[in-house]
Amino acid sequence: MDFDIAFLFSTFIKLVEAVPMTLALFACSVSLGALFALGITYCRVSGGLLLSGFARAYVFVFRGSPLLIQMFLIYYGLGQFPAVRHSLFWPVLRDPFSCAVLALALCTAGYQAEIMRGGLQAVPAREIEAGRAAGMSGLLLFRRIIAPIAIRQALPAYSTEIILMVKSTALASLVTVWEVTGTAQRLISQTYRTMEVFLVATLIYLLINFIIVRLMALVEYRLSPHLRERPVTASHGGHQGEVHG
Amino acid sequence: MSWIDLIGFGEQGRGGILLWAMGMTLAVTAASLCIGAALGAVVAAAKLSASRPARWLGDAYTTVFRGAPELLIIYLVYFGGSQAVTAVGRWLNYEGFLGLPSFLAGAVAVGLISGAYQAEVYRGAYQAVSRGELDAARSIGMGTLLRLRRILVPQILRFSLPGLGNVWQLSLKDSTLVSVTGLAELMRTSQIAAGSTKQYFLFFIVGGALYLVLTTLSDRVFNFAERRVARSFRHGLGRH
Repeated sequence: MDFDIAFLFSTFIKLVEAVPMTLALFACSVSLGALFALGITYCRVSGGLLLSGFARAYVFVFRGSPLLIQMFLIYYGLGQFPAVRHSLFWPVLRDPFSCAVLALALCTAGYQAEIMRGGLQAVPAREIEAGRAAGMSGLLLFRRIIAPIAIRQALPAYSTEIILMVKSTALASLVTVWEVTGTAQRLISQTYRTMEVFLVATLIYLLINFIIVRLMALVEYRLSPHLRERPVTASHGGHQGEVHG
Repeated sequence: MSWIDLIGFGEQGRGGILLWAMGMTLAVTAASLCIGAALGAVVAAAKLSASRPARWLGDAYTTVFRGAPELLIIYLVYFGGSQAVTAVGRWLNYEGFLGLPSFLAGAVAVGLISGAYQAEVYRGAYQAVSRGELDAARSIGMGTLLRLRRILVPQILRFSLPGLGNVWQLSLKDSTLVSVTGLAELMRTSQIAAGSTKQYFLFFIVGGALYLVLTTLSDRVFNFAERRVARSFRHGLGRH
């Protein structure tokens, strides 16, 4: 294999042009998925038998079956019915991009709901009792006590999930959305230089993942001031070794 | 024809071919698990080794194959492998394009991904083995290979079982992407059945349901295996 800098560079430029599409798929599906997941978690945690049964079934189906088949079901499957084609939703379900986003969001919602439930379960009962004793209830209790602890607990698993979502956006190329992987596949079949194109595309994905990991680490840092060392002041110099939290 | 005939086992039904395809999905996933086990063991050893270049290579492997999209890795193996085979063919005076067999390409591609995840599983399992046991083995004079065979491998296999269950489930889902190489596994077969009968919704629902059957059953199998293995821990000396 010849090492061809000019080719690598032109490949890089072509693939970078597809990055906005990958990022758009990622951002839309993760945020839409988070909304769905909130609803499912609510059903699971505070709903009755029916609602929590629905939430369980949802998580089972969307985590147990592969994303590709979900995407094909939405893109090819729904369009089969005349009722869908004549409905209000047809402009959305006809468009490959919105179908891909919908499939990605529905799938990640199943995973995110489990992560959110795990975070909620990790909130110690005594913290909630203390909040109640201090006179908080309802939304105030949720906003001040439950949510901060739950989010902090869920964050590491959540960053893993959204990194997996960056990779999952590649499947959108199979329903004709030209994001990075689809563009890379086109370049490979045009040039037959598999290795070079693969390396450049992988580099782009690693860069995106690296930036997301850094951002999530920053969020984690901001949300856990109580676990950090207290800043050392001149008068209290001897407290570095103290254990907090 | 009613939908029940379409997915049934009659003359026009696709039931038989779908079940066959389920077997193909299991076969390609099992093959990838084996390839991944060999790769994962080597990569885990590299990541745990004292040599800095080996550690660096191991880290690079897991970063690339866990960071790149699965679809891209399948393209790499399928197109890259076919190019290599064609080059060998040209060298043997065969003109024209030779494809890598899609089963092999799929198993290797999913195996490469599975190897990266398995490496992390084995590394974690190695770290869970009590240092005291290794010291004890060394002090009664066991050599490196004997320690590996008698102390490390039996425990690493037990500790890594839950992790391997996760890797299996991941590979089962990654195997759907092998359909792009034309291998007639469950995804591809559902797609063909959907296309030729124009019953897209029906066949993707059925395909999805069959995947649910596979993931649920394998979950059962791994849970059973974990309970079996847990027996040896419960009464183990020095463990509670």
